[in-house]
Amino acid sequence: MSVMKKVLSTVAVAATFMAGTAQADDVRIALVVKALGIGFFEAAAKGAEEAAAELGGVQIIYTGPTDTTAEGQIEVINSLIAQQVDAIAVSANDTDALVPALKKAMSRGITVISWDSGVAPEGRSLHLNPSSNALIGNMIVKLAADHLPDGGDVAVLSATTTSTNQNIWIEEMNKVLGNYPGIKVVGTVYGDDLADKSYREANGLMQTYPNLKAIIAPTSVGIVAAAQAVADAGKIGEVNVTGLGLPSEMAGAIESGASKSFAIWNPIDLGYSATMLAYNLSQGNATAEPGAEIPMGRMGNLTLDDNNEGAMADPFVYDASNIEQFKSIF
Amino acid sequence: MIKRFVASREAILLVAILALLVLVASRCPGFVAPANLANVFNDTAPLIILALGQMVVIVTRCIDLSVAANLALTGMVVAMINTVAPGLPVFVILAVALMLGAALGAVNGLLVWKLDIPPIVVTLGTMTIFRGVIFLISDGKWINAHEMSAHFTAFPRMQLLGLPVLSWIAIAMVVLFFVLITRTALGRAFFAVGGNPHAAVYTGIDVGRTQFFAFVLSGALAGITGYLWVARYAVAYVDIAGGFELEVVAACVIGGVSIAGGIGSVGGALLGALFLGVVKNALPVVNISPFWQLAISGSAIIIAVAMNARASRRKGRVILKQAEHLA
Repeated sequence: MSVMKKVLSTVAVAATFMAGTAQADDVRIALVVKALGIGFFEAAAKGAEEAAAELGGVQIIYTGPTDTTAEGQIEVINSLIAQQVDAIAVSANDTDALVPALKKAMSRGITVISWDSGVAPEGRSLHLNPSSNALIGNMIVKLAADHLPDGGDVAVLSATTTSTNQNIWIEEMNKVLGNYPGIKVVGTVYGDDLADKSYREANGLMQTYPNLKAIIAPTSVGIVAAAQAVADAGKIGEVNVTGLGLPSEMAGAIESGASKSFAIWNPIDLGYSATMLAYNLSQGNATAEPGAEIPMGRMGNLTLDDNNEGAMADPFVYDASNIEQFKSIF
Repeated sequence: MIKRFVASREAILLVAILALLVLVASRCPGFVAPANLANVFNDTAPLIILALGQMVVIVTRCIDLSVAANLALTGMVVAMINTVAPGLPVFVILAVALMLGAALGAVNGLLVWKLDIPPIVVTLGTMTIFRGVIFLISDGKWINAHEMSAHFTAFPRMQLLGLPVLSWIAIAMVVLFFVLITRTALGRAFFAVGGNPHAAVYTGIDVGRTQFFAFVLSGALAGITGYLWVARYAVAYVDIAGGFELEVVAACVIGGVSIAGGIGSVGGALLGALFLGVVKNALPVVNISPFWQLAISGSAIIIAVAMNARASRRKGRVILKQAEHLA
């Protein structure tokens, strides 16, 4: 097993080497992902290539370990340092473990940023979050409101009562409820991220609130279960299920009409933005410091906070028009 | 006969369930509408099926903690079979689920029978192994609604005389187990083994073999439920039915099945499962804080166990009449 792993990562490293020697004059940006072969990151690489084509004279080195380990990423990063790439954009398997290797890279003049999954501040110049809690909280209620021009009762189906992410998003959602007149949140229930409990809770919501117009589920298990419950109850068209989910898991619900739309980050945009940021920093077009605004092409500007972190954009909305394209990606 | 029934656990449970329904109806009248009660029964069907198998295992002084993992593994396997061979008819899928589930149950049974390892250890181990295997075969990925064929997900929902097939399967299993327990030699052997293993050996019953069959039965039921579960929720992934094994054990305990073995009935398991099913379905409707829901389910279990303990406590037998006067 360990020998096999070694061989595989050596192959991966060798592959990066060969890719790296192609054109020496280009700006070479390495997109280091958690592991190769994951649809989400393949899509991010597509976005990176799009950015490279737009910028011109940029070569993308898409690489990563064969399994999601920090050790594998360190090996990859060391080989990238040896190749003297211009920038490394990494989605980290561990917040702290990569810091020494990335520090070494920065000390050799390589621009280092993290995206998607961040590293500790001392190991990168900035971190790109796919979105922010405030943007997500706003998006989940907007998704419900968009299909309710006359307003109506909506309910939230969350994960567990103690899920930090969901609780923050719901809190942020409640803050902006005033912007959506007519939308009344009648209750919040918890499906514990179990398919059967979420299904039951969704049924309970439909019984308790006969006028329910939408169920907002900011969790991937809950949204799928709620869509199934609505379909089984024969309430498609009456109750719209929305929230955060993955296109591959929600394709059936979009097809059946139980869900009109839902949101999650767009990996293509994420890879595109990470590349743009890495390029601009490595070319000296911008510096990463608190409060700085760094351009990222068609995605606008990234505003950095005190930790040199920024949020890319609103979560991307998926519906019948684009689900076919994304359901095979992630 | 009637007197015995009134004092029995089944009667107490039936009253408790009815009282619960009245209580819920006072806050939400729609809950006791026949259509909704049918929904509640349908939702509880998987729990009923698994509780029947678990009851047999517990009666033989064993416990099967791997049922939920068995369910998840079988469910994943049939879902994967469905993705590669979407045209396969449902009865083939059911047969595969039944056999795979029974085979997984047989692994538990063999370890308990041949290696004499305590059942709780064996099934705790296989529980983790089964979940691990799901991860290995699925690569941690989900199988989603749109990847399953229409007839695969439609089967448990098909209406037959007003009830979905899922409910009918649960009813059929209850009848089947009632006959098995009360009318066959194997059924009586389960009780003999659990009631007094030494005496069972003297009557020519192989204790280990009987326990083995209990595990195979429990596994087979878990297998069938695996398919039904995956088809009903139209999704298969590593963690489906996580923690469900405890609910199954709880249903048995509430139904008066003694953890010490030898005592239990099909009616008890059925009513125990129904009780939990009503609680689980009623709590979201009556708007009780989710923080309380767990506490309420937990209290029901402890009350039931306390009642079991009281019921099975033996009255002291006076062996020295004269000494009693002196004391």
